[in-house]
Amino acid sequence: MSSTLRRRLLLPIAAAGIVGFALTGCTGDIAAEGPDDCSDYEEYGTFEGAEVSIQGTIIEVEADRLVESWADFEACTGIEIQYQGTQEFEANIEVLAEGGNAPDLGIFPQPGLFSRIAQAGHFVEAPAAVEENVDEFWNEDWKAYGTVDDTFYGAPLMASIKGYVWYSPATFEENGWEVPEDLDGLMELTAQVAEEGGDDLKPWCFGLGSDAATGWPGTDWVEDMVLRLHGPEVYDQWVAHEIPFNDPQIVEAFDAVGEILKNEDYVNGGIGDVRSALSTPFGEGGLPILDGECAMHHQASFYEGFWPEGTEVAPDGDVWAFITPPADASGEQAVTGGGEIVGAFDDREEVAAVQAYLSSDLWANNRVALGGVISANNGLDASVASSELLTQSIEILQGETTFRFDASDLMPAAVGSSSFFTGIVDWIGGDDTQSVVDAIEDSWPAE
Amino acid sequence: MTSADLIEKIVQVLIGLAVFAAVVGLVMFLVDRAPKKRRDVVQLIAFLAPAVLLLGAGLVWPALRTTGLAFTSRSGAFVGFENFAWIFTQEDALITVRNTIIWVVLVPLLSTIVGLAYAVFIDKSRGEKYFKALVFMPMAISFVGASIIWRFVYEYRQADDPQIGLLNAIVTAFGAEPVRWLQEPPVNTFLLIIVMIWIQTGFAMVVLSASIKGIPTEQIEAAQLDGTNAWQRFRNVTLPGIRGSLVVVVTTISIATLKVFDIVRTMTAGNYDTSVIANEMVTQAFRAGEPGRGSALAVVLFILVLPIVIYNIRILRQQREIR
Amino acid sequence: MTSTTPNVAATLPADSTRADDTTKAKRVKRRLTSRGATIASLIIAIIWTIPTFGLFVSSFRPREEIIENGWWTIFQNWGLTLENYQEVLLSPSVSAPQLGSYFVNSIAIAIPATIFPLVIASMAAYALAWIKFKGASTIFIVIFALQIVPLQMALIPLLQIFTGVITPAQNWISEVLPFIPTSNYLQIWIAHTIFALPLAIFLLHNFISEIPGEVIEAARVDGASHSQVFFRIVLPLALPALASFAIFQFLWVWNDLLVALIFSGGTSEAAPLTQRLAELVGSRGQEWQRLTAAAFVSLVIPLIVFFGLQRYFVRGLLAGSTKG
Repeated sequence: MSSTLRRRLLLPIAAAGIVGFALTGCTGDIAAEGPDDCSDYEEYGTFEGAEVSIQGTIIEVEADRLVESWADFEACTGIEIQYQGTQEFEANIEVLAEGGNAPDLGIFPQPGLFSRIAQAGHFVEAPAAVEENVDEFWNEDWKAYGTVDDTFYGAPLMASIKGYVWYSPATFEENGWEVPEDLDGLMELTAQVAEEGGDDLKPWCFGLGSDAATGWPGTDWVEDMVLRLHGPEVYDQWVAHEIPFNDPQIVEAFDAVGEILKNEDYVNGGIGDVRSALSTPFGEGGLPILDGECAMHHQASFYEGFWPEGTEVAPDGDVWAFITPPADASGEQAVTGGGEIVGAFDDREEVAAVQAYLSSDLWANNRVALGGVISANNGLDASVASSELLTQSIEILQGETTFRFDASDLMPAAVGSSSFFTGIVDWIGGDDTQSVVDAIEDSWPAE
Repeated sequence: MTSADLIEKIVQVLIGLAVFAAVVGLVMFLVDRAPKKRRDVVQLIAFLAPAVLLLGAGLVWPALRTTGLAFTSRSGAFVGFENFAWIFTQEDALITVRNTIIWVVLVPLLSTIVGLAYAVFIDKSRGEKYFKALVFMPMAISFVGASIIWRFVYEYRQADDPQIGLLNAIVTAFGAEPVRWLQEPPVNTFLLIIVMIWIQTGFAMVVLSASIKGIPTEQIEAAQLDGTNAWQRFRNVTLPGIRGSLVVVVTTISIATLKVFDIVRTMTAGNYDTSVIANEMVTQAFRAGEPGRGSALAVVLFILVLPIVIYNIRILRQQREIR
Repeated sequence: MTSTTPNVAATLPADSTRADDTTKAKRVKRRLTSRGATIASLIIAIIWTIPTFGLFVSSFRPREEIIENGWWTIFQNWGLTLENYQEVLLSPSVSAPQLGSYFVNSIAIAIPATIFPLVIASMAAYALAWIKFKGASTIFIVIFALQIVPLQMALIPLLQIFTGVITPAQNWISEVLPFIPTSNYLQIWIAHTIFALPLAIFLLHNFISEIPGEVIEAARVDGASHSQVFFRIVLPLALPALASFAIFQFLWVWNDLLVALIFSGGTSEAAPLTQRLAELVGSRGQEWQRLTAAAFVSLVIPLIVFFGLQRYFVRGLLAGSTKG
């Protein structure tokens, strides 16, 4: 290479370097502050210079809080935890595990993916301390999500409750509408709103847009209906493919949802017609409630974080939510929800210690106190939650209410994160229920 | 990040570059001193071996493995042509293949034509650099960034609301009803193709521009002295002079188009009859946990690229004969 | 056919060539650029820029405005904010290092990952074009056809090779020579190099094989070795091609997220800018308006590189070497 070439290559490199340096000006170390008292952490032992890597889908503020939740643990045990959060985790973890480059721990938001990794033989069995914690603090259903082929691999972490119906208490009060007690009541209320609301106010609004996962909010609707109309047994059979996806009971649930979502008189308040939901980002689907253009929006507890800044979420605030009611007011209430499960790729002692800590009530209280999330851990003090809605959600999880994990997260990925989503899109786009469920049934992987 | 980290990172890069330069330099030095008898062979190996070794490990082996996987099920059992049967018996399979073909015809053709015209028009004009930068910019914005830009352009709002998508704003300005561009087949496929053309034109333009500058100035001057007009000069001097680069550009864009999935994935997720093979491949292999089906789709892509390979073999033969 | 001696061609001072070139260019200019061409190029430039421009305007608008009305109504719906940029550049995060760290990583990944394939590919392209041996065409065709292998399909086998070979080797080196830091980037560099090679060899082969044979043969007759010919004649003459490939390789690496995530060895210490930008959008995509600003933040460096390498698009490197 000639010297002029070298000189000219250096120029852009140098310029790039300067920008880099300028930006590092805004960097700095965040001083770690140790806890005053390490007695809570004694049981985990102490380690010298040990490092544990964790990966998961949790990012941004939630990741910050996660890291903060184990800061004391790190200071007391001497274990340094390296957390890397990316939305590509679900797509990449199989590649990493297969290539022998997996992190020590993975935080899996889908039991379906978790069991796929377990079946491929990439996990190590959960240490005894973790199993003890789970036996003590979680119910059987939750333990089952971390169990694959009778081997227990990992404990649940956090949780969320799906199937909340968001509404504006003020709008309801003005019009004399009441929170319904059963599904019939919900349909009556819907018809009432459609009649009394006039041109500017429709009963429901929703958005299905979510890039490659477009359609998933619709699957939540269907799951809620299956669980309510036919009970947890049918729900479990549906998930395990003991009844086909195009079973008449499932068709019935689809049609029950369709009565609302595919009815031009009922949707899509403040946004447009039925199909407008396909191009509306799900996060914006409920916002017309604030403008008084839409009465109700069906979305999980985490939708609390989607309201614009300054929106008061309270029973007498700007918005509040009720759980989609049961089929029969006197019957048992059941909810669907989501959560994470922690699986280990390595059985070093420090990894086991971290895993044990994450499954403890101590961690659950530490993390929930930092705000924004809940856990189904029974050792959790519901009052530490950061909002009224979350406290209520924790109480539901800890109470007698039947809980079922989001079905699409449990099904094989070919259905649960693929054909079920596209099926919903086709269905909202105008396809009839039978052809949609038949197509999804066809896509169910053999074996 | 502390300064110590920063310095360590810089040291890493410098060591990496230094080791690389030292190895290349040393090899070149030794090659020139190889025994005369074998020198040509040694030189050939020294020049070719690094690329061949890296490609063998990093691409040839994976390609073979993928081909093998295409004949296995999720659990790894041999299933013959089942995965291929699955591809072609799906409801939307034919639409996906049809879309892929539309993509691979239109994108290389249009981006090369526009890129070439632009490169010729702005050649030697004032501010050429900046003109180039404008068309180059889409290339520098990642596929995901580009998808976001165009989602804005195609955005739909119901008729009474103000349109925030440029295309619908134009349509409604002429009094027509707004259209859900991305949900209306077949127009949506063409709208996605526009995004890819928008990106690839920059590539065609930069490569062809470099090639145009390689045409000896004497040839153009000679043509000018002969009194030819601009079009004749373009036909008789420029085009033959950049023929090799044109083939390269068309080939490269065709292959890139066959492989692109980000645009479809981000803008429509393959819904509304817009899916292409590459999108199905990534979905099956990485989202649906069906590596067998994903691999089979990859093999279909290999096969689709064969005509392009054969065309290039013919061009290469012609070149060698001329020489 | 005349040809200069290889020494003259090799030592042609680039500046004098260009000076020569500009005077010629001026002479040619008036007749080549017609008014129609200017108008056409202006139209293309505008059409190609409008979408980006819209995003640029949007990046200064608050989220509420972006989703309520079009960017072209900015004057009716006035409201500019730097908030999007503030969030992208400065938003504090405990779990993620500050943006500067990601910038450094992106640059540290991109520079070697551009230079390595450039050198290896031009060597291979030269060998395939100018060293006569049986099978040259076959190897070339195979290499070029490898472009179709989807990156995604190559990840697992490559990772297996890396964890089996490179990681132990690195551990061994750091034990023997503890003062050399273990590179977090090494795997990423090699992966990018491999994925770039087919296209690089294909592109460069085209340019290098079009160098007039007389130039190279004359040098060979004078007793120059292949490596001398390569460094003194081929590389300088292929500068425009090298520069254009360098630009694109830099871009691809700069915009890559997948390769970096898979080969970074599970730490965020080597995470590139793209990861941070993806993260800023929020786990549920709720903060997508930040993408508008993020797109322009990450555009800065590629544009600098583009302008920096522009000067290699020089005309007439071959001037005087052949009469065509």
